[in-house]
Amino acid sequence: MSTDIQTPRSGKIGSGKIAPQYRRGTGSKGNFEMFAWLFMRLSGVVLVVLIFGHLFVNLMVGEGIHGIDFGFVAGKWADPFWQFWDLAMLWLAMLHGTNGVRTIINDYAEKDATRLWLKVVLYAATVVIVVLGTLVIFTFNPCPVVNGVQLPGGFCPAP
Amino acid sequence: MSAELAEPASKIELPAHIGGGGEIPTFNITLRVRRYNPEVSEEPVWEDHQLTMYGTDRVLDALHKIKWEIDGSLSFRRSCAHGVCGSDAMRINGRNRLACKTLLKDLDTSKPITVEPIKGLPVEKDLIVDMEPFFQSFREVMPFLINKGHEPTKERLQSVEDRERFDDTTKCILCAACTSSCPVFWTDGQYFGPAAIVNAHRFIFDSRDDAGDMRLEILNDKEGVWRCRTTFNCSEACPRGIQVTQAIAEVKQAILARKI
Ligand code: HEM
Ligand code: SF4
Ligand code: FES
Repeated sequence: MSTDIQTPRSGKIGSGKIAPQYRRGTGSKGNFEMFAWLFMRLSGVVLVVLIFGHLFVNLMVGEGIHGIDFGFVAGKWADPFWQFWDLAMLWLAMLHGTNGVRTIINDYAEKDATRLWLKVVLYAATVVIVVLGTLVIFTFNPCPVVNGVQLPGGFCPAP
Repeated sequence: MSAELAEPASKIELPAHIGGGGEIPTFNITLRVRRYNPEVSEEPVWEDHQLTMYGTDRVLDALHKIKWEIDGSLSFRRSCAHGVCGSDAMRINGRNRLACKTLLKDLDTSKPITVEPIKGLPVEKDLIVDMEPFFQSFREVMPFLINKGHEPTKERLQSVEDRERFDDTTKCILCAACTSSCPVFWTDGQYFGPAAIVNAHRFIFDSRDDAGDMRLEILNDKEGVWRCRTTFNCSEACPRGIQVTQAIAEVKQAILARKI
């Protein structure tokens, strides 16, 4: 005599049937997520030095916070050392922050379309800020002369 | 055969002073259970039960009392009732634990004790969830010995140090407390989850196994170890005290060491 023991649930046991929302796409090749993970840690370590160095020099050294004005920034960007420092800080913070927000979007976006559009906006914003920031650091001219006329700025030498 | 059976030992009443100990204290609790029956309503509801329980009782005993004496329709999984089979992981007072290993007296009995199904897996009825996505991830890491050498004629011997390397992750009972406590798993259920990584770790670091590289490749997936954000929920939830987050970190390092 055989006894039929009914499966207690919807025939799912052992049938290998997975609720569709849990099914994983066929394995992504490549090491992108690994490098992204590594980059977050390495850039984090470098950012600690860059950010706290930046804050210390701007807020503590000399007159401290009271010394910050247009001329102070102009002075820093006349020095290749600070140009490089700020460039590294801009790129690392932007890429680090962008990748962080990418992670958050991946977590919280429920629909694929929402996820795609949030990322398009994120990457567009990143490109604009990085390109604009880089241009500013390298082309910054505190004493522009337009049509032979010196623009206002008390600290600029007479043309 | 004689109808007379020896009196069972448990029936012999020992006076307290002989050494049987005093009476076990009782106390009243409110057990607030998350009920869900899709045949009645799509909405889960909280249901309160006032129970008088003993100081030696566990949450599982309270659930039994409801099921056996008050409402037989209450559904939950349990098998061994002694923390071995991993059937009865549930969210008790907001934390994942085994109902059979959680003493009521260790909880705050002045307030209702909440009991919910573990999060992140589809609820089927009351405290029962569909574990299939969880076990699918487990299967995908190939949780069995793969050895390319000749089949030995005797036991595969291993040094004490080699065995020690993965001792912690051999303790897993597949209760899913870790995976269902992970906020990354909650988001979309795509992440392999701590339990799958723990069980991969168990073979990756086993000197007798030859398929470690394959498992590392599997967990290098975009839904693999890199989704871990080191929140430690899994380590806190594990009823076997496995250092889950550390095991995940070791697998991350093994992947990095192989690739770089
Ligand atoms: C002070 C130096 C910094 C260090 C050491 C640091 C470190 C880290 C690390 C290690 C992670 C990865 C966390 C994980 O995967 O679990 C991370 C995530 C993140 N970081 Fe930073 N970071 C720093 C500065 C910044 C800055 C300046 C920004 C903004 C531009 C930023 C934005 C983010 C974001 C949005 C995330 C993602 C958060 C998440 O995964 O939930 N970080 N950070
Ligand atoms: S690692 Fe711990 S919490 Fe996770 S399934 Fe195994 S025993 Fe349960
Ligand atoms: S019933 Fe087996 S672990 Fe709790």
